[in-house]
Amino acid sequence: MTKHSKSASNYSRRDTLRMMALGGAAGIFAPNLLTKPAFGQKAPRVPKGRIVVGLSQEPTVFNPLMAHIEVDDGVHFSVFDALFRIDPKGLIQPNLAAEVPTQKNGGISEDGLKWRIRLRDDVRWHDGKPFTAEDVKFTLELITKPNFRSWRTTGHSLVRDIAVVSPVEITWRMEQAFAPYLSFLTETFVVPKHILEKEADPNNAAFNQAPIGTGAFKWGTRVPGDRVELIANSNYFGDGPYIERLIFKYIPDLTVLYTQFKSGDIDLVGQTYISPDHYEEARKLPSRVVTLEPKSSFESFYLNLERPQFKELQVRQALYAAIDKKAIIDGLYYGVPVPTETFMPRQSFYYNPGLPVQEFSVKRAKQILDAAGWVPGRDKIRAKDGVRLSFTNSTTSGDPLREQVQQYLQQAFAEIGVEMTISNLPAAVMWGEFWQRSRFDSVIVGSTYLIGADPDVTNRLHSLAIGNKGGRGSNNAQYVNPEVDSLLEKGSRTFDPEARRAIYFRVQELVRHDLPLLPLYQNVAVQGHKKGIQGAVSNGNTRTESWNAGAWSWTS
Amino acid sequence: MRGFLLNRLSQSLALLVIVSIIGFIILNLIPGGPLSQFARDPSMTQQDMERLAEQLGLNRPLWIQYFDWAWRLVQGDWGRSFRDGASVLAVIGRHIFATLLLMGTSTVIAIAIGTWIGIRGATHRYSLFDYLATIGAMVALSIPTFWFGLVGIYVFSLQLGWVPAGNMYTIGDGSVLDYLHHLILPSVVLSLVHVAVWSRYMRTATLDAISQDFVKTARAKGLSERRILLKHVVGNALLPMITLAGVQLPSILTGALVTETVFTWPGMGRLFLDSLGYSDYPVVMGLLIFSAILVILGNLIADIVVAIVDPRIRLA
Repeated sequence: MTKHSKSASNYSRRDTLRMMALGGAAGIFAPNLLTKPAFGQKAPRVPKGRIVVGLSQEPTVFNPLMAHIEVDDGVHFSVFDALFRIDPKGLIQPNLAAEVPTQKNGGISEDGLKWRIRLRDDVRWHDGKPFTAEDVKFTLELITKPNFRSWRTTGHSLVRDIAVVSPVEITWRMEQAFAPYLSFLTETFVVPKHILEKEADPNNAAFNQAPIGTGAFKWGTRVPGDRVELIANSNYFGDGPYIERLIFKYIPDLTVLYTQFKSGDIDLVGQTYISPDHYEEARKLPSRVVTLEPKSSFESFYLNLERPQFKELQVRQALYAAIDKKAIIDGLYYGVPVPTETFMPRQSFYYNPGLPVQEFSVKRAKQILDAAGWVPGRDKIRAKDGVRLSFTNSTTSGDPLREQVQQYLQQAFAEIGVEMTISNLPAAVMWGEFWQRSRFDSVIVGSTYLIGADPDVTNRLHSLAIGNKGGRGSNNAQYVNPEVDSLLEKGSRTFDPEARRAIYFRVQELVRHDLPLLPLYQNVAVQGHKKGIQGAVSNGNTRTESWNAGAWSWTS
Repeated sequence: MRGFLLNRLSQSLALLVIVSIIGFIILNLIPGGPLSQFARDPSMTQQDMERLAEQLGLNRPLWIQYFDWAWRLVQGDWGRSFRDGASVLAVIGRHIFATLLLMGTSTVIAIAIGTWIGIRGATHRYSLFDYLATIGAMVALSIPTFWFGLVGIYVFSLQLGWVPAGNMYTIGDGSVLDYLHHLILPSVVLSLVHVAVWSRYMRTATLDAISQDFVKTARAKGLSERRILLKHVVGNALLPMITLAGVQLPSILTGALVTETVFTWPGMGRLFLDSLGYSDYPVVMGLLIFSAILVILGNLIADIVVAIVDPRIRLA
């Protein structure tokens, strides 16, 4: 934690726990944590100045309900609002909703099927029309329209009988209890009914090129291939905006992106941030703030448990002990990523910090294998009952860093009598059948397990999610643990964050014990901005650095 | 003349069809496809991907997709971008000015300097100037443009601070002077290669013209060297250059892939790279057809101009 930014919030984990102990679940949903200037410093009252965010990909999808990629999120978070927002500590806060529904406050029924959301009454669209429950209903219905090219439909497809009780209250029924939906709604931005209902084809609506939202910034202009300019919405109901203009500038090359940060052309580096090889130089730049911010993805040495070599836990433990994470991180990744023991990102409310920490020890790795009866043969490769400890490892070809990691591990494993051959494939081949149908022995893969910021990882670890066995999911390690299965089922039906926390802590313990994947490190972004910018707080529970641009300001 | 044009037109149409078919097939053979950008997004399920493929018409057989696209094109519908939903012609229209500005400027620089170097190299053959020009051209041709670009940015923007590190103009400024200021570095970098090419061609063409009989005649008539050079040599040496200019015409409008990326120049070259990266089939195909038309037009114009300027050539 020493090196990694603590500026993310004024709340530490301990503070959060203490707050929850005092206030129970209600404390977690402390209202208005986001809608008041939370960061102490004074910001100007009249929006002043502009901030240029440099992005290495171009935002092109401005209807937030349509299929889009991470880089579009910055515009969506700035122009639109969702019912809820997730804060840097992973807690869900009200946004367009007046409060977060829980089973305790009656917003969600005991069986988890009936939802009642109360909305704010002081929100207006950028064109001046009032925001009402009708807009929420329209939004949820549009997502599941067959012809609409919507982003994801998981969760939304369970919603039935949406009813507008009053302009500030909406109810619906869920086909089955599905706790992650609350988290999905933090990424479901509400669109204006009065504009989109007139469109014959919402896929090609004029709105998609010049959206109207409720957010802190109004649509300004777009110069395709170059930038998107947003203008302060002075009638915003929430915190801010404090700057007059927010500009997302597209700079396609990472080196050039960094160069323009250095030269001052851009004020804040957005996705995909500063490349790790520039970190050492960047943090010494004058009048720049450069921090390491955890991302939601993590890198792992991923095993196919149906291979005879990997069936025994001891083998997996020995391989894990033979990996020198520190050497890899410092030697190959410029010291940027942080070692991890779990798939859960550390910024998540559900991250279990108490997992046993891997210790690099060749001696112990050998002892484990000796004790388990894996004996070196004449070729120095260990074997047991006719199974040689030899396997292939694959990753996307053309990724020089990962290839170096592979070579490093190849040597490390050879030292304990394990043979690893490298067989890399182009991305399209790698992530097709080969991956989905578990045709690999082992792979090195970077992945995000969470959908939104919800801890539900059924799709990755449940035994019914094994694609190779007819499941619809990506449990490609073919990991089976009945206790994990039942915990995951329970977790997706449990709404109380405290209770869920206990469930996912246990899941992480079990997975750490079983080692279907050897967790290497959590990815970390090198983020940077000019010194005068306030409020640019990282939030690893969202996919964008611009999740709270409304709160950004310049020191006067 | 009319027969020539008709002949050319039918050839061109056939060429367009062939180019579009090959382009379409290759584009679809590239692994990935338009949906691959969502492949690693944990929130998109297999069903979501299948739904999008259906909605975008990507699950139809390839030949149906091609004929659907071609039939619409014939009717004037170039399709819509997969990325932002805008019509392909609008997408092209939005990027063409930036490219025209950059490529136009660098081409003018290249032709002016390249012609001068070429002629001087030919008239002062094997002089120090000629050797330096030859070496310079080889260097410019051998070193990739992006390297010149990055070095240029490092030296002239970061170290000396004379010119901006990229972009077409300062956000919030955009005056003519501001545009010119931003234009200097990328257009000079881009013209390096063109100067090299142009000067080599020009040198050869001039040498060729100098050795002709009419130059000897002119000399025998007692004309001044200056007059001989300007009237007889250069005039004839420029003839093959018209064809070269015709070949280069398309690139003025289709842009420079690498230079536009290094200098964050929002032109056609970068549009092509981006569209290719996202497998934005309608835009890539649109750009392909657009540049194919330009190539055909460029050659046609060059042929006609040559025929007009050079009385020895008659278009049949």
